Amino acid sequence: MAFLTLEGVSKEFGTFTAVRDVSLTIDKGEFVSLLGPSGCGKTTTLQMIAGLVEPTEGRISLDGRDITREKPNRRGLGVVFQSYALFPHMTVAQNVAFGLEMRRVPHAERTDRVREALMLVQLSSFADRYPRQLSGGQRQRVAVARALVIAPPVLLLDEPLSNLDAKLREEMQFELRRIQRKVGTTTIMVTHDQAEALSISDRVVVMEGGRMTQVDAPYRLYEQPSNAFISSFVGKTNLLAGTWRRNGTTSAADIGGVLLEASAPEIAAGTPVTLSIRPEKILVRDAGAGRLKGRVASRFFLGSQWLFTVETPIGIMTVSTPNLGVEPAAEGSPVGLDWSPDNMRIIAGNAAAAA
Amino acid sequence: MIARSSTLSAPWLLAGPGALFFFGLVLLPLALTVILSFHAYDHSTGIQNAFTVSHYITVVTDGYYLEIFWRTLRIAALTTLICAAIGVPEAYILSRMRDPWRSVFLLVIIGPLLVSVVVRTFGWSMLLGSQGLVNQALQLVGFAPVRILYTETAIVIALVHVMLPFMVIPVWTALQKLDPMVEAAAWTLGASHFTALRRVVMPQVTLGMLSGSLIVFGLSASAFAVPALLGGRRLKMVATLVYDEYLHELNWPLGAAIAIIVLVANLCIMLAYNRMVEARARRTLG
Repeated sequence: MAFLTLEGVSKEFGTFTAVRDVSLTIDKGEFVSLLGPSGCGKTTTLQMIAGLVEPTEGRISLDGRDITREKPNRRGLGVVFQSYALFPHMTVAQNVAFGLEMRRVPHAERTDRVREALMLVQLSSFADRYPRQLSGGQRQRVAVARALVIAPPVLLLDEPLSNLDAKLREEMQFELRRIQRKVGTTTIMVTHDQAEALSISDRVVVMEGGRMTQVDAPYRLYEQPSNAFISSFVGKTNLLAGTWRRNGTTSAADIGGVLLEASAPEIAAGTPVTLSIRPEKILVRDAGAGRLKGRVASRFFLGSQWLFTVETPIGIMTVSTPNLGVEPAAEGSPVGLDWSPDNMRIIAGNAAAAA
Repeated sequence: MIARSSTLSAPWLLAGPGALFFFGLVLLPLALTVILSFHAYDHSTGIQNAFTVSHYITVVTDGYYLEIFWRTLRIAALTTLICAAIGVPEAYILSRMRDPWRSVFLLVIIGPLLVSVVVRTFGWSMLLGSQGLVNQALQLVGFAPVRILYTETAIVIALVHVMLPFMVIPVWTALQKLDPMVEAAAWTLGASHFTALRRVVMPQVTLGMLSGSLIVFGLSASAFAVPALLGGRRLKMVATLVYDEYLHELNWPLGAAIAIIVLVANLCIMLAYNRMVEARARRTLG
């Protein structure tokens, strides 16, 4: 059931097109992330949904109601800003109560709902503090409580975790998901951090230069990126440019003279292709075994895994292997690389140019 | 290697010129003025070498002086109020402007400060005079000419003109520190533009407004050229009164007494006000 719909939404700032023809349907209760590098138009898209930026073209509707030209204060959406935008002259409780006050919620009910909201974000004991007396993570949770207390149909999060340090970011990421699951609010989050988008979203929308390039569940997005940009932006990958060869029933990619077997029936022979293979899909074997021979150029120990860069006839490959408790191949030693052809993603055409 | 004695004296040497300057140009004349205000004065023989508080008593009991004090307070307060009423919205609009225009309008606002006070005030007297541009315009649309020059209105108009930058700049600075998204946050929570301004933006610029008021009030209360030129000979403010006592009546002790009273009154008002401002600042901004 479509709850929030964007139809052909575009935004131009003068001659610059920030968002180009974005169409998206979001179901009730879904957690969707808009993922992309800075300047890809994801924040503008969010602001158009919030009503802070008016679309040049297109239509936005919420629960069947056209809200394209509606003022932000009439939309009733909850927004968490990147800077949190808390009211510095009000206490935490006053900040949270503001939206209820604007809705003329009776005083007794207001107090109850503020208390509930603060309990939800685990800040009950901080109600009388001012935002300046809180840590970054606490401020962020106040912003979430303030946006959720008005029971918005949609919660919009603009890079909610980017101002937090790495450890806290990870904690808050799961905290956000817990809160979202509990209240069941349809949520759209803007982020440039692919790990964040993958870990907590139901679906991820990848944006590139103002366009939407792929909308998929995190797992599928990772395993089946639709172009070379996405495969390198979402997770790490090895990109290999080559030409498609076909010989009867077997097909292979010709990477600088080395033939790598792969199957993609729809590609015609002679087409330039880009192969993408994730570092964790490659296995390190003894020298002579596997599909490709190479030499370990460097080796990094990351605790849970080992990260190798391997020199091969087709270029440097990045490989990661789980730490199995035995020391793997040393730097400089010859190895063989192997993988299952199913794990090799073939991107046809000039996608290589985009990489 | 620096000798120990020279390191010890270094702070004194560094602070010395400034301290000497302050002592010679502020404290010493002030002390002399205080001493002078307690000297007796005789119209035929001049300043007497005798102690008296009669000047102070004259000032606080004579309706003529009290009226001038009262007028000064009224004009300064009114100027401050009008400056706040015009300056705060002006600063808000200025902060929302894009760059080429913002610089242009900032220059327009600071403009009055770049023109000599006498030239600027004569300009106003030409505009506001009985045959000035304002009256000509009024007559053109069929109104009777009004008397503006040599009234309190003229003084307030000219004071507001020159004091406005002192209000706009602190408020503008306060607005610069404001996260623009805070206002947007208020909108998304259901506040109208007006409510967002009143509940979210205003409380955060009050501090700028209060410090601007302090400057405007202090400068207006001690303004000299504007009341002297636009108030005429009869409509005096304290600064012009002190001038007249010194240079026309030649009653220096009385002039000194008035000057000291103005200083103390101004100091009291501003300190009380500042206490209020600081209490507020501590509460809201930490």
